[in-house]
Amino acid sequence: MKLLYFAWLRTRVGCAEEEVALPPQVHDVAGLLDWLRARSDRHAEALRNLGLVRVAVNQDYVGLTHPVREGDEVALFPPVTGG
Amino acid sequence: MIRVQREDFDVGAELERLTAGNHRIGGVASFIGLVRDMAGRDRVSALTLEHYPGMTERKLAEIEAEAHRRWPLDAALVIHRYGRLEPGDQIVLVATASPHREAALAACHFLIDWLKTEAPFWKSESTPAGERWVEARAEDDAAQERWTPSLEV
Repeated sequence: MKLLYFAWLRTRVGCAEEEVALPPQVHDVAGLLDWLRARSDRHAEALRNLGLVRVAVNQDYVGLTHPVREGDEVALFPPVTGG
Repeated sequence: MIRVQREDFDVGAELERLTAGNHRIGGVASFIGLVRDMAGRDRVSALTLEHYPGMTERKLAEIEAEAHRRWPLDAALVIHRYGRLEPGDQIVLVATASPHREAALAACHFLIDWLKTEAPFWKSESTPAGERWVEARAEDDAAQERWTPSLEV
């Protein structure tokens, strides 16, 4: 699975993108975020307040119960500020 | 039509192209977003826009399609820039064309309100205190909600 980070999530995690093998117990976005927070201190810090994290799976906004599968592109980012 | 680009744009040339050859059009509405030199009490020397290539184009195209579903538009254009910009620089252009003004004005307003809360762009400001990420504003969510119900996201 490809993970993408943008804006301050990118700087806090310390990379713009990483390829991860999805563990068998992870089935949805909430599970993925829990697993990521246990991955490193940087991930834990970046994902501390989920109220500030938006998630897109395969370039569509999704909620915490949305399924995730091997091969998905999952992006994590703060609320958008364009325009 | 949507475009995501680093380069500046020429509003006059873009509006001319938008209506070229279509004499059904009776009104064109446009919104141009510019970089401000102040954020609260802090001077801003530059704004850097980051985006999510792929998803940005996809969301802008969805928003444009929704505007066409809601109003009888002959043409719509959204150009959004990314990269490093300075105060006074143009960030975004939204333009809509229709036989009558109501549809053009409403659709233009809708497009900029939706774009601000849906399109994956993020701004970072350079201030005397350093570089910092701009926070999303509750007013922008409220502005978007004015246009609900309906765009499924």
